[in-house]
Amino acid sequence: MTLRNYWRKTLSYVMLSLTGVCAVVAVCMLFLLLGYLVYNGWRSVDWDFFTKLPKSPGETGGGMANAIVGSVQSVLLATLAGLPVGFMAGIYLSEFGGKTFAFLIRYMADLLNGVPSIVIGIFAYAVVVVPMHVNSALAGGFALALMLIPITARSTEQFMNSVPQTLREGALALGASKWKTIATVVVPAAYRGIATGMILGVARIAGETAPLLFTSGTSNYMSSGFTQPTASLPVMIYYRATAPWEDWHRQAWAAGMVLLLLVLLANIAARLILARGIAVQK
Amino acid sequence: MKKNLWLGALGALVVLLTVAEAKVMINAAGATFPNPIYGKWIEEFAKVNPDAQINYQSIGSGGGIRQFTEGTVDFGASDMPMTDEQIAKFKNKPMHFPTVLGGIVPSYNIPGMTQDLKFTPEALAGIYLGKIKKWNDPEMSKANPGVKLPDNEIVVVHRSDGSGTSFVFTDYLSKVSPEWKSKVGSSTSVSWPVGLGGKGNEGVSGVVKQTPYSIGYVELIYALQNKMAYGFLRNAAGEYLKADLESVTEAAAAAAKDMPADFRVSITNQLGKKAYPISTFTWLLIPSKIDDAAKKKAIVGFLHWMLTDGQKYTGSLGYAPLPKSVVANEEKQIALIK
Amino acid sequence: MATSAAAGAPPSGVMDALRRLRNGDEVARLITLVFASSILLVTVGLIYQLWTTSALPRRQFGFSFLTSSLWNPVSGQFGALPFIYGTVITSVIALLVAVPLGVGAAIFLSELAPAGISSTFTFFIELLAAVPSVIYGVLAIFTLVPLMRDYVEPFLKKTLGLLPIFSGPISGFGYLTAGVILAIMTLPFIISISREALLEVPTEQREAALALGATRWESTWQAVVPYARLGIFGSIFLGLARALGETMAVTMVIGNDPTIHASLFAPGYTIAAIIANEFSEATGDLQLQSLVGLGLVLFLLTIVINAMARLLIIATTRRGSSNP
Repeated sequence: MTLRNYWRKTLSYVMLSLTGVCAVVAVCMLFLLLGYLVYNGWRSVDWDFFTKLPKSPGETGGGMANAIVGSVQSVLLATLAGLPVGFMAGIYLSEFGGKTFAFLIRYMADLLNGVPSIVIGIFAYAVVVVPMHVNSALAGGFALALMLIPITARSTEQFMNSVPQTLREGALALGASKWKTIATVVVPAAYRGIATGMILGVARIAGETAPLLFTSGTSNYMSSGFTQPTASLPVMIYYRATAPWEDWHRQAWAAGMVLLLLVLLANIAARLILARGIAVQK
Repeated sequence: MKKNLWLGALGALVVLLTVAEAKVMINAAGATFPNPIYGKWIEEFAKVNPDAQINYQSIGSGGGIRQFTEGTVDFGASDMPMTDEQIAKFKNKPMHFPTVLGGIVPSYNIPGMTQDLKFTPEALAGIYLGKIKKWNDPEMSKANPGVKLPDNEIVVVHRSDGSGTSFVFTDYLSKVSPEWKSKVGSSTSVSWPVGLGGKGNEGVSGVVKQTPYSIGYVELIYALQNKMAYGFLRNAAGEYLKADLESVTEAAAAAAKDMPADFRVSITNQLGKKAYPISTFTWLLIPSKIDDAAKKKAIVGFLHWMLTDGQKYTGSLGYAPLPKSVVANEEKQIALIK
Repeated sequence: MATSAAAGAPPSGVMDALRRLRNGDEVARLITLVFASSILLVTVGLIYQLWTTSALPRRQFGFSFLTSSLWNPVSGQFGALPFIYGTVITSVIALLVAVPLGVGAAIFLSELAPAGISSTFTFFIELLAAVPSVIYGVLAIFTLVPLMRDYVEPFLKKTLGLLPIFSGPISGFGYLTAGVILAIMTLPFIISISREALLEVPTEQREAALALGATRWESTWQAVVPYARLGIFGSIFLGLARALGETMAVTMVIGNDPTIHASLFAPGYTIAAIIANEFSEATGDLQLQSLVGLGLVLFLLTIVINAMARLLIIATTRRGSSNP
């Protein structure tokens, strides 16, 4: 073999091994970083974390019960407001949309999807906090809903579109009206994908911090309704991690681990649902 | 369907948990400087007055003033007294209530340094102006004879948010350094010549604690609680002092005698022999007219408690209590709240 | 309500039934239309709000808002340049690290790895994409910052210290650290989308190159990757769009200094970070509106990048589907 060919062969071997290294590095980073988080979080989390309120700075102990409840509140609000709107919008886009208007809506939804979450926070502040004169879970839920709607709309549309046209035609041929077809044939056929999209969307907004910073604020107390400043898990993590007190760091680790596990579990569940759905369809 | 059921159940649970008792909820926001003691006070006050919940958000004096002005909180807190322009925005002129005295210390992190360093005003100004770049600069060695200062670059840390602590610190630097006064000035948010920014006293101490060869200005309690080293500072009378109960109280002594009626005063760089140069009052910003009767009762109650029982907690947390004459005048001001 | 004129003259009972059915569809269409329009309403409202709430600095500074590098709340001067600089620099660093790593990993996963390993690896990498930003921030503060401060940056300073980008005091907080954490956050997107683009390349391309005597690597690098380049570029732009808007992880490690520095070790600021830090306490309308103005700049930047990304990805799929 000529020298040039030796060179080409070696180069090929080296470069391809490098790509393997890249892949291994990428996955290792995942395991290292998140493993470190889980390790620290595991050492720090205790029953108090889930049940007690935070203590004043410098004192040890306490927990994040209010942050957990607060997060549930904001996410719940966002889900109740955002999922139906997104779902309906998605149905419009896939079933009823004309050429131009649907294109416009689709474009706007993608636009909204790409807006940095801090800018959404600015908008929610101007629209909800300023008129209400108070930071609130309502404002936080509003900001999160704004993020949830375009995600849900696009994923609903995508999965509705993937239902074969033959299903629709069959139903229509049997005399069903369009909306009946959608409600009883198409949506059930696509429901796994739609549910997956919804779960992933909710998991995503549950971890968002930036839009909550100046909408729902912070609180050291258990939330008393939706119109007062409310603590939330991601915001608490931020303030605890950037403070000097060791005990607060400990709590940041614990909260980070809890949040991470919730988000990852939701993601894994969603993917499993989807995978099983595809297998069934085949 | 099943999903809706779960959502509904969860929603009901949340509503049940949250619409628990009808307590008076009072929102406050502001200075990070007194956050440790306000946290303690709120905890202790709640034992005496359980149906008032005071939620204090430690976001910095700048944020406190802004939220207080916008009405998104019931009262504010600041280490910088409000300026005339800021007060002019109110229909009813707000009141300032000094709560405690505190000192701002130059806290640093030098691995292996066992002695407490001495800082001259020129050194501090030089460091923050970016002119003194290394720890073993002649200005520092002059003040610390015999101490082996490292040849490392100083990592300067300041506040990134609108801070009353920054105001007091820059107010002091403006008084001792004409160059600082003309180049930078004093305010809650200045254009820092060098350094990184941390959010809140918490953020600055967090950064200094974990960054070798760094220096930051923080309220005394932050350095104490986190076992961080802090230095001596030379005062106007030429003495090197550390911030503590006596030196901070001494700084307020002269000011207490001619305290203005609205309690807005600066006590940095006082002439007293044992006065710590970067001392300050910190204030609660209270509206002069509170419409909600329940909130008014709770706030007034808190103010009274703060001036009497509250003062007892200052020592253990590194703050100094208010001078007696100031307390007496504040009690009179409470009566003026409509 | 729209009613169709029935062709012919069916008996009245059927007419009624038809009308009801038709109305049902129309009602459904209107309901879903209303919900869909809300998206339009929100987006338009957002742009309007951003535009009007940043009128003051626009009026006062005009175009120099974008070119001025002075951010001084005391003197009331606000310029966007330090933040645009910081945003761009950290994103560039992120791409410089993430693109080679990501495309390399994507090549491995699509070309070389057996299907089982490929899908498992991809599964885990896509989980990485779902990790919230603040968690990356916490990890960055406690692991990345000490790593950069104690090992990486001193090493770079010792070896390449003559370059201005590797000079100056080292604190671990700064452009470089922010860029690295952004790279870690962008990596999953690049890998996932590039891998899909590479998988869509028809095997004929690969086989043709191999038949002509190319080595495995040559066929990959010179035949397959160029074919998928649109999708790969799309993934890069998508990653860039995400990096530009990233707030929490960046603000926790960038050092928060609104000045332009040449050195990558120096602290800086990005648009998203300063909004997060200063928004809730901006004193005075000018500062608040300048922050909103910064938000508008960021918004426009991400729109443009996102649009380019989508165009590229659409072009790939269209091209892919048009092939026999």
